[in-house]
Amino acid sequence: MELLCPAGNLPALKTAIDNGADAVYIGLKDDTNARHFAGLNFNDGKLAKAADYVHQRGKKLHVAINTFAHAGGEERWQKAVDNAVAIGTDALIIADLGVLDYAATKYPDVERHVSVQASTTNLEAIKFFKNNFDVQRVVLPRVLSVQQVRQLAKSSPVPLEVFAFGSLCIMAEGRCYLSSYMTGESPNTVGACSPAKYVRWQETDKGLESRLNGVLIDRYQEDENAGYPTLCKGRFEVDNNVYHALEEPTSLNTLELIPDLIAMGIVSVKIEGRQRSPAYVEQVAKTWRMALDRYQQNPENFAVEGAWMNTLANLSEGSQTTLGAYHRKWQ
Amino acid sequence: MKFSLGPSLFFWPKNEVVDFYQQAKESSADIIYLGETVCSKRRELRAKDWLGLAQDVAKDTKKQVVVSTMTLLESPAEIQVLKRLCDNGEFLVEANDLSAVQIMHELKMPFVAGPAINCYNLSTLKVLLKQGMTRWLMPVELSGDWLKILLDQATEAGIRQQFECEVFSWGYLPLAYSARCFTARSEDKAKDDCEYCCIKYPEGRRMNSREGERVFVLNGIQTLSGYQYNLINEMPALDAMGVDIARISADSTAAFTQLDNFREQLVNPTRKELDGISECNGFWHKIAGMSVA
Repeated sequence: MELLCPAGNLPALKTAIDNGADAVYIGLKDDTNARHFAGLNFNDGKLAKAADYVHQRGKKLHVAINTFAHAGGEERWQKAVDNAVAIGTDALIIADLGVLDYAATKYPDVERHVSVQASTTNLEAIKFFKNNFDVQRVVLPRVLSVQQVRQLAKSSPVPLEVFAFGSLCIMAEGRCYLSSYMTGESPNTVGACSPAKYVRWQETDKGLESRLNGVLIDRYQEDENAGYPTLCKGRFEVDNNVYHALEEPTSLNTLELIPDLIAMGIVSVKIEGRQRSPAYVEQVAKTWRMALDRYQQNPENFAVEGAWMNTLANLSEGSQTTLGAYHRKWQ
Repeated sequence: MKFSLGPSLFFWPKNEVVDFYQQAKESSADIIYLGETVCSKRRELRAKDWLGLAQDVAKDTKKQVVVSTMTLLESPAEIQVLKRLCDNGEFLVEANDLSAVQIMHELKMPFVAGPAINCYNLSTLKVLLKQGMTRWLMPVELSGDWLKILLDQATEAGIRQQFECEVFSWGYLPLAYSARCFTARSEDKAKDDCEYCCIKYPEGRRMNSREGERVFVLNGIQTLSGYQYNLINEMPALDAMGVDIARISADSTAAFTQLDNFREQLVNPTRKELDGISECNGFWHKIAGMSVA
């Protein structure tokens, strides 16, 4: 099972490879990818360097082109595909049907992975991508339980990749317009959720307040840790009850599922976080590498170490982790 | 331009659903969509009941009846029900997931691409047309400008006549889908033990900011907009750019009045001030969806 790590810049990419990633995924420096943040991602020159660094070490590079192409602007997405192919990417991660069609027609020999943003959650949808674009992998959204992933893995004509660790999208990816509803910008159109330019922090008599485009997302008392106001992780009111109505600040962590995922034949575990620092990538890659190697050495006696869990919890939103939808009780 | 009544997104008792569609039959809608699109656990009406209802509604009327299907399908059992609805042999089907597109293509039957199918550009329209799409509902987060560019491109490419374009024009906007049931969570229940509690909330549960702003509406695993989308003032613009159908969502029986109001707006346009505390039109104007332009 491949360990697939994120990189938002060249130092993070090198760190990921040096700490045990089998493959790294990156995005270009524009709105063609779902982590379109200022100061992040790869221009043409850096893209070539990234490919060289990865390939010289016998590892793989995936390029995410996973926003939806704008009407009248499709050339930008096609150019992104051209550029990624030109530097020798090992795989294209694509969500848009039109972009997939372009890639499959123009570069039939370059691997195409269905991005998580395409929201492919069942066998018939997988068949759709297989039949139309001959895709080589599908990345599953974070909405399926372990049992559902197992069932799908048994019948899928295409190898599957799952999310293993990182910020937890609680909505079916690619089908969430909460961010554009509040700010005008969404992962699908702009490549960002709850964009930083709409965030405001304010000390008030009632506590520290975080707002997104003016909407109060959360208010913190002195003893509470304030987190980034991702709009689905704030505290809201439902019939006079104030709580995390959608989700708490928490990260996905599936270390304990390693034996299950391997047994099911999952081909790759993906670490979320192209927006994270090299230091973050280092710790996560190292921990996951250790865990995966430990399993390989001695599958029967595999047990998750407390130290691994602590390292990952410390890197997590709200310093807590969850199995998310993999665990039915979470749902 | 025609007017459609979108599928009801909420969970209502069977007799109320039947009543509602009796009224829908008498309404001014040209097209009536019906079927469960949100949660497969909602079984007041099963597949055969929805198809039976579709037959009742279609009888002795010129209205077109379309069977809407689920958006987030996660299990083989859900796919089985989907196949049954797709292969109904009588009614056009609204696909809300690519699984339904795949099934309709295999059946060689035409379909409507619903609002949860991500079709943002010309190449994607072409892919879907090849599969058998005959009507396209624009994703709700897109703007009038975006639509105009795309429809002009379709005309230029010579494919505009191959599909009808429908725009979600009134009602709570379907914004997101999750594995988690937020209505069950609001009652401190797990989804597997939800006791079908969303039937208690015929218009969903309001989720407000701590300042009382209506942010979202919780509807099971679906999150809806807190404000009702209202494009009544944009009807002449939609008409001018060649939109074929305006969708009025079946939020409640208020939808029937809105169908009349929207139709009247085409004949006799009069500007209606949106109140900004319960209505919005931002998406169409390329600003935050919850805003009023």
